[in-house]
Amino acid sequence: MKFTEEHEWLREEDGLMVVGITSHAAEQLGDVVFVELPDDGITVSKDDEVVVIESVKAASDILAPVDGEIVEVNSALTDNPGMVNEDPQGEAWFFKMSVSDASQMDEFMDEAGYQKFIA
Amino acid sequence: MTELAKTPLHGLHVELGAKMVPFAGYDMPVQYPMGVLKEHLHTRAAAGLFDVSHMGQVILSGPSWEAVALAFEALVPMDVLGLEDGRQRYGLFTNDAGGIEDDLMFARRGDDLFVVVNAACKTEDVARMRAGLPDEITVTELTDRALIALQGPKAAAVIEDQDARAAEMRFMDVADLALCGHAVWASRSGYTGEDGFEISVAADEAETLLRSLLTHHGVAPIGLGARDSLRLEAGLCLYGHDIDAMTGPVEAGLTWSVQKMRRAGGARAGGFPGADVVLDAFANGVARKRVGLRPEGRAPMREGVQLFDAKEGGAQIGTVTSGGFGPTVEGPVAMGYVTTEHAEVGTRIWGEVRGKRLAVDVAALPFVPANFKR
Repeated sequence: MKFTEEHEWLREEDGLMVVGITSHAAEQLGDVVFVELPDDGITVSKDDEVVVIESVKAASDILAPVDGEIVEVNSALTDNPGMVNEDPQGEAWFFKMSVSDASQMDEFMDEAGYQKFIA
Repeated sequence: MTELAKTPLHGLHVELGAKMVPFAGYDMPVQYPMGVLKEHLHTRAAAGLFDVSHMGQVILSGPSWEAVALAFEALVPMDVLGLEDGRQRYGLFTNDAGGIEDDLMFARRGDDLFVVVNAACKTEDVARMRAGLPDEITVTELTDRALIALQGPKAAAVIEDQDARAAEMRFMDVADLALCGHAVWASRSGYTGEDGFEISVAADEAETLLRSLLTHHGVAPIGLGARDSLRLEAGLCLYGHDIDAMTGPVEAGLTWSVQKMRRAGGARAGGFPGADVVLDAFANGVARKRVGLRPEGRAPMREGVQLFDAKEGGAQIGTVTSGGFGPTVEGPVAMGYVTTEHAEVGTRIWGEVRGKRLAVDVAALPFVPANFKR
């Protein structure tokens, strides 16, 4: 699993990147009450705002971590946003994307690096 | 940046694992480890304990109850003189333009008036009272008292277990009680829409009292986050957001708080700041009104969201002043001002969220039925 400074995690699965937010981010957000997912099939550029999350406190965005295409979204989150707090690094993934330029992944942190980043 | 003030319960909040945030100049608990959502639901199901010691507590005293009450009536459009001993009322400080300078609770304690005002306004409120009341009225800010609230359907059992006199208190009654060995001033009221008590206690006894109350089954500490969602579901205004110096009591839907005695034709009509404007609003209506708003989808509509009369084009007809997720409603809820022609319950309007117009219906307040002891 790789981690970004935007508190996202990326996990490789069948040639795609599965993207979610870290446990640390979920805890900071507080109870998530609304998730707005992108349409699947759209092409995105790194740092595009692709997901809106609203917690009891505030709204925030999830940015596309790399250039690519959104292949699949986790529509279960729309009906059950609380999953983001219950299992942020497992069941509550947001989208799966193809990666156009794998070199954009080079800057991401590993688990130990991320733990140091948030410490 | 000036240093944040601390309530007498600050150390206990930190010990209980609260996340502390700046609020009205105080370092206050926004949530405890339970989290905002569960704290909200806990309060509606059992009993939530809140520290509201940042609020201002003021005693007005004078030569007689009549002197105190009539003097205070010069500052608020409420019937103060008619308040019976041991009763409390909701009130508003108005300005010369008929706008609201603060909202408050005032209770009669014998010949004295006990006033509780918002934290963010308390300095101005004390100054307003000192300047606006005659010399024979003494204004004493009680900086040596804490204020806590126990709210929810199990609150009464906890308080009555300590002092049986509490069982006789109805909504908006005030009484001196003995709780866990502490002499307190209690009022049967709150800011959640639930039955409950607000309790004024000596600052140096507050922590011991809170620790005792927290040992009762069903009592949990609740932060400002849940306090906000609870009051929003209950349709209660937050000063500086839903009401302010630019909104009057009629626009704000607070006409019930202005007793007939102070309206045109009443025995003590007018005689408060901005009376001409407020009484004109009663007589001739207002251009906009505060309403409940129930977004159709799941997206919260927060403070500042602009409201329109059409899905595309059209005109802006209002603004959201408070909004978020209502845990008991299990969906987004909001309040705001809309033009009077759009203020009828059931009117479909649109709120612009992230550039998209989303459907929202004008809804009756409160969103959750009040659970007061009448």
